[in-house]
Amino acid sequence: MTALAIGVRYSAELEHAADFRGFRDGVRRLWLAGVAPRDVAWTVGPPAQGLFEAAPSASSLRAPRPEEAPRVPKAFVDLSRLVICHKAPDRFALAHRILVRLQDEPTLLKVATDPDIARAEMMAKNVRRCSHKMKAFVRFRSTADPDGGERFVAWFEPEHHTLDLTAGFFERRFAGMRWSILTPDRSAHWDGAQLTMAGGASKDLAPDGDINEDLWRTYFGAIFNPARLKVQTMQSEMPKRYWKNMPEAALIQPLIRSATQTTGDMIAAEPRAPARSTRVARERLAEERAVAGLSGSIASLEDLAAAARHCERCPLHGPATQTVLGEGPRDAPLMFVGEQPGDQEDIAGRPFVGPAGQLFDDALEAAGIARDKIFVTNAVKHFKFEPRGKRRIHQKPGLSEIDHCRFWLQEERRLVRPQLTVALGATAARSLSGKAVTISKARGRVMDWPDGGAGFVTVHPSYLLRLPGAEARDNEMRRFIDDLNVIKEAVWG
Amino acid sequence: MSRGKARRSVQEKLAILADAAKYDASCSSSGTSKRNSKSGGIGSTEGSGICHAYAPDGRCISLLKILLTNACIFDCAYCVNRVSSDVEREAFTPDEVVDLTLSFYRRNYIEGLFLSSGIIRSSDHTMEQLVKVARDLRTVHGFKGYIHLKTIPDASPELLAEAGLYADRLSINIELPTERGLKSFAPEKSVRTIKGSMATLRSEIEVAQEPTLRTKRRKHFAPAGQSTQMIVGADGASDLSILTTSRTLYTSYDLRRVYYSAFSPIPDASSALPPAPPPLAREHRLYQADWLTRFYGFELTDLRDATSDGMLDLEVDPKLAWALQNRGLFPVDVNRAPKELLLKVPGLGVKAVNSILRTRRYRGLRFEDLRRITNTARKAAPFITLVGWQPGALTDDATLRSRFVKPAQQMDLFAA
Repeated sequence: MTALAIGVRYSAELEHAADFRGFRDGVRRLWLAGVAPRDVAWTVGPPAQGLFEAAPSASSLRAPRPEEAPRVPKAFVDLSRLVICHKAPDRFALAHRILVRLQDEPTLLKVATDPDIARAEMMAKNVRRCSHKMKAFVRFRSTADPDGGERFVAWFEPEHHTLDLTAGFFERRFAGMRWSILTPDRSAHWDGAQLTMAGGASKDLAPDGDINEDLWRTYFGAIFNPARLKVQTMQSEMPKRYWKNMPEAALIQPLIRSATQTTGDMIAAEPRAPARSTRVARERLAEERAVAGLSGSIASLEDLAAAARHCERCPLHGPATQTVLGEGPRDAPLMFVGEQPGDQEDIAGRPFVGPAGQLFDDALEAAGIARDKIFVTNAVKHFKFEPRGKRRIHQKPGLSEIDHCRFWLQEERRLVRPQLTVALGATAARSLSGKAVTISKARGRVMDWPDGGAGFVTVHPSYLLRLPGAEARDNEMRRFIDDLNVIKEAVWG
Repeated sequence: MSRGKARRSVQEKLAILADAAKYDASCSSSGTSKRNSKSGGIGSTEGSGICHAYAPDGRCISLLKILLTNACIFDCAYCVNRVSSDVEREAFTPDEVVDLTLSFYRRNYIEGLFLSSGIIRSSDHTMEQLVKVARDLRTVHGFKGYIHLKTIPDASPELLAEAGLYADRLSINIELPTERGLKSFAPEKSVRTIKGSMATLRSEIEVAQEPTLRTKRRKHFAPAGQSTQMIVGADGASDLSILTTSRTLYTSYDLRRVYYSAFSPIPDASSALPPAPPPLAREHRLYQADWLTRFYGFELTDLRDATSDGMLDLEVDPKLAWALQNRGLFPVDVNRAPKELLLKVPGLGVKAVNSILRTRRYRGLRFEDLRRITNTARKAAPFITLVGWQPGALTDDATLRSRFVKPAQQMDLFAA
């Protein structure tokens, strides 16, 4: 025996470098016979002459019956499927060793710090990356089959043995084409219905060009921005080893060489003055002027909407999507004023369409008030919020925001002239009365707002949404509906 | 060059219309629904995007990113295609774009198409042309690859709705971080209109995600969501103001991505722009800070700690800058700390944190163990304790920041 074979008790033969089926079959037999991982020489293809002649083959060992087979979690199957595609010669021994250890350490795979697991995970990561690069960097060239049909052929040199792992991707993507991917130790052929894996090939079996490659190079050169040269980033994502089989790679050096000059020329060039003014800009400006001229002479809800769209009276317009004005008949006898639009209202541009709005609708229905007979609006017309996680969290409007926005509410009341204006919650009461109002004290009776209109104060429907416990919610909902009944009585008698 | 009407070849058009499209940073092809061509047509999408090549600017080339036309009636100062620029103008026909996309796709050059356009005649006319390309690819050729359509602000809601049927992703660029910036650099655009379109898209996407009662199936509407882009360094907005705007946009319109594009010199630049471009490192730091808010539980108040005068530190990453300002929270015990706190340790990424949490249920971690989990254990060292490792006075060392600052490196232009 040669020195290499010292200690080797068994040889295990695999059909090709990433032969998972062969590995699985061999390792099960070896495990059943109690052969230690270090005592196995795994060989790919026909065994090398003379090297392991003395070692018996794993295929001579008995295969385990189902109940005798080693127990492994599914995660091991997934992990070893990747590990055996790695180019490292000890990949089979490593997977074998983990399998043996798993029998006594069933949680071993979860221990990322174990040296075997850390190495296997690292190899799996390399293989996944290699497979991903194959999906990315394979370049097909068009050629013709003997029957005249078009076939797309690529020559590719992967870092690991990843063609078997990756062929399914090309099958799913190019199911309607005939294609072949040739690599030094494996090839894949798809005829439109059947995938066939075969042995290695050589570069001269693939076409040496494609009519589209000039177009593709044109694109590669044009999409490159010479003012942002980042050669190292490019190279770490597209390692040089792949360049020789990528038609666009020939352009890389010339593009890099000319980049500095091109950028310098752009910076040195005399900048150009902007166009005096375009038609679109003039129209936009005219519209804004017209709207600015409106305020003071707003004669309809439409005028009001146009004027409010550009409101910048307070900073809330910045983060919000749009001004949300009230909605309802222009001669509604009853107006409800809430606090401010919420997330949904800000997106839809309409008041009371979110969760609180739905609850409000339910309460109105219970009290027998038709929503299409009333005008609903808010004291503040922009949504005030703070980003938190993936959401916008409602924030209570401040006094200055309420005061700045009062103008729009007053305009709505002036145009609609309701008999009764109901404040839902403290913000609306503050806006309508000009001072702080304690809801619990003011609630439940018809009174007059300082500007003379009849008024009523009750809670905001969102208060009901926030109450903990179904019983408290039911009680408060009843009280709210009672208030709505008083309101209905006052307006429609 | 001649401005005559000589017909250019597809190759000449491609050179002009790809050159005109390259200032859009997005080239993502990820996050859409899974499809394949086993039952007809051509193409597939499997969740994660694929970068088919990288240009020497380090940017991924995943999609055929072109303009339908670079003619434009707008005069946005930062844009190479603005009406007052002297670049050559061209236009593809929708058929030419369809053919190019399919030819490139069959050869595995691309994941799909990212189609945008200058504004010609009207927003609706322009949008109709974009939608026609996507419709033909999907319905005539059974194309299952990725389609990203740029949405023209002001286009009608009906066209937006049709675009969403064929596109994986739709995007509308917010362009500049502040309203004032937009007014001065893009006089034809309006932040209200842009946000209005984003709001419309969010509603459409949300409605489509609700499984219908009858079929229990989801409607196809832009399954890869919407994204936007902001130009950095053209107006005077600070990093904090940029990040505040992007946080607002993410949470308001459920955006998948906000792209930051450091404004770079363009041919025939406008005199309205500042003469010097911002350092590319600024864009990189903004992306890092953006990541912290999306995956690491950082809020704007935290980012405020990572900035001084509203600007991120160019020399150290924002997580480290934040940690250096919040040393009272450190060191944290890697074997006991909750996930939220581990995510705030410099040098520990989401994957490393998940490995730590999984492993420590079975075994206590030593410093050597951490090195097997992550390559950046040394960076974390001053901020953590483990079995056999205590940073001692290192956490509060006044020179700690300088340990992380690499001496300025010469840019190796010809390393390739």
